[in-house]
Amino acid sequence: MKYWIWIALTLLGAPVAQAETAQEKGLAIAVEADRRDKGFGDFTAHMEMILRNRQGEESTRRLRISTLEVKGDGDKGLSIFDEPADVRGTALLTFTHKVGEDDQWLYLPALKRVKRIASSNKSGPFMGSEFAYEDVASQEIEKYNYKFLRDETYEGKPCFVIERYPVDKHSGYTRQQVWIDQAEYRPWKIDFFDRKDSLLKTLVWRGYHQYLGKYWRADEMFMQNHQSGKSTLLKWHDYKFRIGLKDADFNEASLKRAR
Amino acid sequence: MSVLRQCLIVLTRVMAVCAAVSLSFAHAGEWFGFVSLEHQGFFHPPLDPPQQRSYFSLVAQPEYYHRFEGTKDSFTFVPFGRVDQYDPERSHADIRELTWLKVGEGYEWRLGVRKVFWGVTESQHLVDIINQTDLVENIDTEDKLGQPMVNFALLRDWGTLNVFVLPGFRERTFPGVEGRLRTSPRVDVDQANYESARGRRHVDYALRWSKSISGWDIGLSQFYGTSRDPRLLPGVDGNGLPVLIPRYDLIYQTGLDVQFTEGSWLWKLEAIRRRGQGPTYAAATGGFEYTFTGVFGTAMDLGLIAEYLYDDRGAGAPTPFQDDVMTGLRLALNDVQSSEVLIGVVNDRRHAAKFFNLEARRRLGAHYKLSLEVRAFAGAPVTDPTYFWRRDDYLQLELARYF
Repeated sequence: MKYWIWIALTLLGAPVAQAETAQEKGLAIAVEADRRDKGFGDFTAHMEMILRNRQGEESTRRLRISTLEVKGDGDKGLSIFDEPADVRGTALLTFTHKVGEDDQWLYLPALKRVKRIASSNKSGPFMGSEFAYEDVASQEIEKYNYKFLRDETYEGKPCFVIERYPVDKHSGYTRQQVWIDQAEYRPWKIDFFDRKDSLLKTLVWRGYHQYLGKYWRADEMFMQNHQSGKSTLLKWHDYKFRIGLKDADFNEASLKRAR
Repeated sequence: MSVLRQCLIVLTRVMAVCAAVSLSFAHAGEWFGFVSLEHQGFFHPPLDPPQQRSYFSLVAQPEYYHRFEGTKDSFTFVPFGRVDQYDPERSHADIRELTWLKVGEGYEWRLGVRKVFWGVTESQHLVDIINQTDLVENIDTEDKLGQPMVNFALLRDWGTLNVFVLPGFRERTFPGVEGRLRTSPRVDVDQANYESARGRRHVDYALRWSKSISGWDIGLSQFYGTSRDPRLLPGVDGNGLPVLIPRYDLIYQTGLDVQFTEGSWLWKLEAIRRRGQGPTYAAATGGFEYTFTGVFGTAMDLGLIAEYLYDDRGAGAPTPFQDDVMTGLRLALNDVQSSEVLIGVVNDRRHAAKFFNLEARRRLGAHYKLSLEVRAFAGAPVTDPTYFWRRDDYLQLELARYF
């Protein structure tokens, strides 16, 4: 499927673009966004999550993230929890797959136990936040079907607005509307629609910076839940690219010694 | 009170070691850990006069971690101590971890005192054998004493091979006469004896191969050494009173643990074969956990757990679980406080014995955690080990402060 699209894009190019359907155009935009983010190799970053409830009460989580790009499959990720203090040292190892379920192992430091966990909880909240597991997981092209909706200016930037439909039946969403800028193919906003097709959440990205002269990462991601009134602000710090992570940094042994 | 004083002396020494260790790495290490206050309330009057209805205790478990600059090598030190209001045996201190870790290309060395967990099932942990159970902490056998070891791990495409050399046997802890949840007569740990002439100096060995293959996680293990769970033989103490005396046999144990994960299903199996402790026997635990996500239109997850517990020694087995079924519910609220409830019942299929278990926890603010545990025992015949606990239904509340 994917290679077919590639052939279509590279051999036929622009003349076909006029004839393509909204589905093809939506997919082409997703493929281009994916292509532009390829080749980063690996990165580490610190993440701070500020959870806010309807009354404005806040609580904070801190974690450290390592990601390894895997050729031909989804990324591998290791998240280590630093706060709140009672979950300190807990670590989550994820192997994302383009097709099929992701693999997840959780390390519980008090018991020294590694637990393989079901990844069917992807619609569940990540650490009690407004981000679901599927929102923070590696975004693979194959995880959605696409449709181009329209061109629209978002905060002064010409954007594509595409709609994407999760392939996985365990997803918490019927559809997502994504605003992607036409200059750099970065996501700026997503509206999430729940299983009843009501607007559930809106995610916006703020403060993009370019790393290695190519890869764009935002300083902040803000998720507002319209139904509960709760929100989560994700702040990213200390992005480091190509520090030389390997497969050996993403296995059960590295999970057990993650600190 | 002299026991309490001894405990305080041990704690003081442990703290002195902590201080020395932290000073030597003063610039780079980090301290964290927790202190907690625990209360156990028993629903029924005790069987034995020295036992109480209500027990308070204090726990401290600091943790020191130092990562050596520019490497993956590290040093970890975790002392532990509890002071119990009444039971001097439950007032105790231990070094849970004192480990130097060396990470190489495709291998790891670990030297020192550590805890290692093997297994997948929830109702009991048959395969897990490296560490001795710190039984005075909790009857669920999940609290362990630190085990001295040399551990070499070889990490290859064909799996992970762990080799353990385990010098220095740790004896199981048992409640004193003042404690609840014990045998009657009490266990006299001072008279513990060994099959090996070297006693607790016998060096034990273990080997484990493990690998993940798509949805499968598989572990195969072999242990040779002093059994972690002793046989309890009748005897008398210095005053001529009846006691139970721990007898530690030399055993060979082969273990298998398998989990298959697919969608919302976790399928689990643990099986062991043990030679050297009476006639050779086999035991197994197997079952599943199925999780419904986003139940009742909320963000909550509800897990259904069922496991079958088998031991081929039958009614004569020194375990309450020879032909039992555990059914349970796990509710994760997925809220900001990470609230969780686990409820389970173990039903003996041969007679009416039932073991009821409830565990719940919730974070309070950023630094506190409140845990609740309720356990009850019913219908056990005299031959069932839980018969000793027939009056020991209890509720335990623990408030921990993490720092």
